[in-house]
This record gives sequence, C-alpha cells and structure tokens, in this order.
Amino acid sequence: MKKIMTGNEAIARGAYEAGCEVAAAYPGTPSTEILENIAKYKQIYSQWSVNEKVAVEVAGGAAIAGARALAAMKHVGLNVAADPLFTLAYTGINGGMVVVTADDPGLHSSQNEQDNRYYAVHAKVAMIEPSDSQECLGYTKAAFEMSEKYDMPVLLRVTTRICHSKSVVNIGTRQDVGVKEYKKDVKKYCMIPAFGKIRHHIVEEKLAQLRDYADETPLNRIEWGSRKIGIITSGISYQHAREVMGNDASYLKIGLSFPLPERLIREFAEGVETLYIIEENEPYLETYVKSLGLNCIGKDIFPICGELNPEIIEKALKPEKSRTVYALDIPIPTRPPVLCAGCPHRGIFYALKKYKDVVVTGDIGCYSLSVMPPLDVTNTVICMGAGISAGIGFEKAFQQAGKNQKVFGCMGDSTFFHSGITGLVDAVYNKSKLAIIILDNRITAMTGHQQNPGTGKTLSGEAAPIIDIQQIAKAVGVKDENIKVVDPYNLLETQEALQKAYEATEPFVIIAKRSCALLKEVQKNRANLKCSIDTDKCTQCKMCLKIGCPAIAFKDGIMVIDQASCNGCTLCMQVCRFDAIERTGE
Amino acid sequence: MTKSLILVGVGGQGTILTSKILAEGLLQLGFDVKMSEIHGMAQRGGSVNTQIRFGEKVYSPIISSGEADVLLSFEKIEAIRYLNYLKPDGTLIVNDYEIYSLPVLTGNEKYPKQALEMLKSTVPNTVVIKASEIANNIGNIKVQNMVLLGAAVKRLGLLDLDWISIIKDYLPERFHELNIKAFNAGINEA
Repeated sequence: MKKIMTGNEAIARGAYEAGCEVAAAYPGTPSTEILENIAKYKQIYSQWSVNEKVAVEVAGGAAIAGARALAAMKHVGLNVAADPLFTLAYTGINGGMVVVTADDPGLHSSQNEQDNRYYAVHAKVAMIEPSDSQECLGYTKAAFEMSEKYDMPVLLRVTTRICHSKSVVNIGTRQDVGVKEYKKDVKKYCMIPAFGKIRHHIVEEKLAQLRDYADETPLNRIEWGSRKIGIITSGISYQHAREVMGNDASYLKIGLSFPLPERLIREFAEGVETLYIIEENEPYLETYVKSLGLNCIGKDIFPICGELNPEIIEKALKPEKSRTVYALDIPIPTRPPVLCAGCPHRGIFYALKKYKDVVVTGDIGCYSLSVMPPLDVTNTVICMGAGISAGIGFEKAFQQAGKNQKVFGCMGDSTFFHSGITGLVDAVYNKSKLAIIILDNRITAMTGHQQNPGTGKTLSGEAAPIIDIQQIAKAVGVKDENIKVVDPYNLLETQEALQKAYEATEPFVIIAKRSCALLKEVQKNRANLKCSIDTDKCTQCKMCLKIGCPAIAFKDGIMVIDQASCNGCTLCMQVCRFDAIERTGE
Repeated sequence: MTKSLILVGVGGQGTILTSKILAEGLLQLGFDVKMSEIHGMAQRGGSVNTQIRFGEKVYSPIISSGEADVLLSFEKIEAIRYLNYLKPDGTLIVNDYEIYSLPVLTGNEKYPKQALEMLKSTVPNTVVIKASEIANNIGNIKVQNMVLLGAAVKRLGLLDLDWISIIKDYLPERFHELNIKAFNAGINEA
C-alpha cells in the first residue's frame, strides 16, 4: 500500500514492521515525531524519557533483555546519551537496538550543527543513512537486522530534511519477532575492566566483519551514468545531487556510512574521470576517500556550514548555468519567532528586565526567545541544563573577581527534569547564591506539547504521577523561605519574588507556574478573555509595547490589541500607567 | 516534467495543513510527490515555508530559486520575501492580508505600503485573493488556508480529483462544512 509519509513517520513504521517492542525518546526537533508516531502502534511499548541518556539506557536494557528496542533523539541529544552508547557497543545487545540521531544542518531549530556521523566512528557502532521516507522505513528494518547479526547497537542517522520531508512509501506488515530469551552473561554485560578489555577485542573483530559486509550490502550502491563525473554521497545530499546532475554523472550512494566500503569506493573512483564528494557539514566521506590515497573534490567547492540544496550543488558543478529570478528591491520587515500572545514566560522576563545589574543564564526552550528584543534579558544559551549550572559558574567567577553581582538561572519544567535537577543539587551543595527560575508551563512546549514528568500524563496519554518541582527543591535542601511559587500572569507577585531572590544570599528557587497559552484546554478556557485599549485614556506612551506581545500594535495612529490572538493574560493591563487597558470576558 | 509549488506564510496560518492536503491529492493523482516543511519554530509567529514537488520521479524535495511554478503566499510581505523562488512565467497567488511582525509592532521596522501593487507590477501572473476576508465572511478567519487551497488547485489545473474527501480525511467532522465552503469559495475566486 502506498502512503505519503515524513521520514519520522516512516522510521516509526519501520520500527513497527521490524517487530520493535520498546521505544524511548526525549523530544527534540527534528526527531520528536518518531516517538509520537511509534506511540500510535499499540504493539510497541513507548515512553518519553526524562532525557536522551535515560532513553538510550532504557532501550539498551530492553535490548539486552531480548526485545527489539529503539531510542530517538536530536543530534545534541546524542551528546547526552553518548555515555551508554559507547559501552553498549562493548556489551552488544540481544534483541536488536537502533539509536536514531536526527541532525540539523542549517540549525533550523538547534544550538549547533554538529555532524553526528563521527559518533559512529567514535563509539564503534554501525551507522545507516536513509535518503528519503521509503529508505527510512526499509533502513530502520535493516538496522534492526544488522544490530542482531553483528551484536551491536546501530545508529540510524537522519537530518531535518529527511525527518520533515514527505515522500511516497510502500508499507508492509509487522514481523512478530517477539522478545528473545535472556540469559545472564556477566562477561558480556558487566563492563568491569576485566571484562571490558575482552569485549574491546570482540568489538574490533565485529567491525572487521562489518567492513567486509560494507562492500557487499545493497545499502551501498553504484548508479552508473556519465563517467566523466563521479559523485560519492549519502542521505539527502544524494537526492540533491541526482536532481542537479541526473544521468550526467555516476553515483556511489552510501547507505551504510560506517564502516565505509573501501573496495566499492576504489572501484567507483577507478570508473570515473573526476570524483566529487557531496555531503552536508563535515568532510566525513571526503576524509576517508582521501585516506585511501584517492583524489577527490569536496569541501574545496562545497560549504561546511549550513544545509546543502540543489542550487548550491548546481553553482559548484554547473557554474555556467544562470537563473532568472524575480526580485523586489524594497526593504521588508524581518519576522523573528517571538513568545506568543499570552505566553506565561513574558511576565518573568519583563520583571527581570528591571534589574540592570544581573546576569541571566538561559536554557533551551521557548524561553530562549527572551534573547530577542524588546525583552532581551538573557546572557547565555548553551545546552539543556546550563541555565542552572552555567549560572553557578558565573556566580563563582564573580565571587573570585570580588564582584557581588546577582545571577539568575532560567529553565523550563521539562528541561529541569532533563538535566536541571543535578544543577540544582550542585548549587545547594556548593553553597551557590544563584537564583533559579523554573518556567513551569506544564508541558514541553517548544517541540510541540509533549508530556513530561510534571504534566501527569504519559506519551500514550495515560495518567501518571505528577513529579512536583517544589518538593524536589525542598528535598535537595533549598530552604522553605527560599522557594516561591508564583503566577507569572501576576506581575506584582512575580516582582516581589524576584526581589527576594535578588536579595538572597543562599540558593533561591522561583517556580513560575502557569500553563502554556497554546495548550488546547487553556485556549478553550480563555477563549472569551480579551484585553482591549480605551483610546480615550491611552496616551500612546507605548509602555505596553515593551512587553513584546505580538497582539499589541501601534496601527494607523492608535494602539490596538488584536482580539483574535489576545488571551487576556493582563500583563499589558498591569504595566499601563493610565488605566487605559481593560479586560473583558469570563 | 517535475512541477514545484512553494507555500509561504506566518506560523499559525495553516500552511502546513494545506501542504499536506495538496501532497495527498497529488499522490492520489498518480504523481511521485515530495514535500518539505520546516516547522521548528512555526507556532511562534516566524516566517514559514513548505515546498511541494511532483512529477513522474522526484529526487530533491527542495526548490531552487527561479523554479517554482506557483508561489502561494498566505501573507503579503512573505510573497516578497520568497519571490526569488518563482519562475519567470510562474504564478503568484497572494492573500490580501497583513500580519505585522514584532519589529513592526514595536516600531523598529516598517511594513511596506503598496506591497500588492508592487507585486502585481513585477509579476504578470499575479492572482490576489482576499482569503482572510472571505474566510471571515464564511465564519472563521482560520479557514483562509482552505480558500487559498481552492485557489491553488484551480490555478494548477488539478480540479479533476475529489479534494473534498481528502479535506474530510484531514479534519475533524465538526469543521468539515466550514472548510469545504472555504475551499469552494477559493475555487470560485481564482
């Protein structure tokens, strides 16, 4: 049966057809929909884990227990999960194990554009790269087979354009492999040094076998066209290259990207006049081809930074071709993403902006947008968890410099569960004066509303225990008087808590608790709540514009609030000095 | 021959749903179809685009500049932003609708006046649709995307398919009537 699917949907389908039994992930663009789609297959147990390391450990444990298991994450998630991956390469698995890494060339929604192909080399595990949705399905199944055949976790590496592009897929049926028998085997699964030493040798043997397999597998294939130009490529770059060059070139399409097929590459190189390597980001394939003593052209003409596309390839390989394009040479406004109308994060950042002498260490989530004007309060955004931990570092460095400068560390609820708890323990243990703000909007918002340990629901929608952030703060030793739970829609309450935190000489935790304005039930409950401006009272002081709400505008000479997007949060009302804004509705 | 279609707008306007329905329709018409969407920050008011390519065999899901047969813009300045994608003889379908971005709202940047007039004088095949106004009259501005879908389907010459049943597949039943009304209004308008 033919269907049109995104790469993520097809990976989920592939896992289902391969008989996957257990799947775990932490949401992260562009990988999030893999688990959301796996959850639709009731035969598979699936869960949101608190972070990627936990997800890989859950999948690893399940695989050792005998189940086919999958863990999915965005590229930076694999940094978090690298620890179990590297050692699972040693222990090997029992049921097949696939780890999906979704890279983000072009940084569509990431903090860096690291190329995770190097992880396969480093962790010593096989890596497979599909180039469209059909391959996402087929290669996921192949990855499970390969994982069991070579007794190792297999990395399935995709990129944003693979994950979020739709193409036609032929779907099949589920293979019921069941859960294999588990037998205790400490020499294989307990990596104490004595056993680890032995396993390292086995890993090297398995890689040697895989190198031979790489030359034979249909995952790597040569498509002969004109032999004047030969192109070695993989993933989405293959599709772009074929689009531009058609039959004017020959292609070696790499599907098994680690280990690479030495004999096949040599055969291909000998069969073409000029050899090009077309790949996104790092010269991963190019470095290998050159290490074989083969001449090739790669990053000399193709960029390392950013995403590739057919046009970039055309400019490099067919510089004579010109394009006629329309252009309207007038300045047009930029359209940066902004905190939504009614976003509960706005109140906290607006209140924080009043302190001119503080440093705010931020984190990954919607609240990263506090970097943008007019709020513009955040000093750093590094990675999940650094909102607290980097704040401790700032505060200690200021102390060393003899400066008494306050540091606020901010992160969301999901991020707190992901990797903020350890930072909080560190802050208490090391007697940091950091003021920590947990922007608890009751959901993992940035990736599109996924459940987390604080929401009371699981991935499959079942009721779950709610892990209480306030209780965690208490349990790790933050004093009762240094914990404040506030409603960020209430500006006065928020300001008072911030002032207490500002003056505190001990770790202080503010939990700004208010559901994301875009949550369906919130939108429903607040549908009739609106703020509007009384133009007779409005002096056009534009104070309300300083909160950076996209519903408020100065249009045609008057201040107006867009009634369609306003949810009546009243933040604008609270900053108005002329009582010109009123709220209507129940 | 591969045809290319680019849909542009502002996060929240329904460009992605429109693209999904279009891609499904093209599949049912027997084409090889690829569609690419970038939606990381789409809900937060950013500029969004989805690209659809269809034909006998499609490789890349990405459209190069000067190659889109149709540029379907849900907002006026987004049409200007992505104008370079349009083929010299391509068709621009543009919604007569303005969404101010935050830098415009706060007065740091200006929204150009006469955007439509400039587009019309630059692109001979410009079709202006008052999709938001039509949707509002039908009962909900949110169905502006279906008005534009109707207009695009008409202009692409793809009316020979049961689009209504695809729309029904992609939307909950309580929204069917409104969306179908909007879709038909779009066909008539184009």
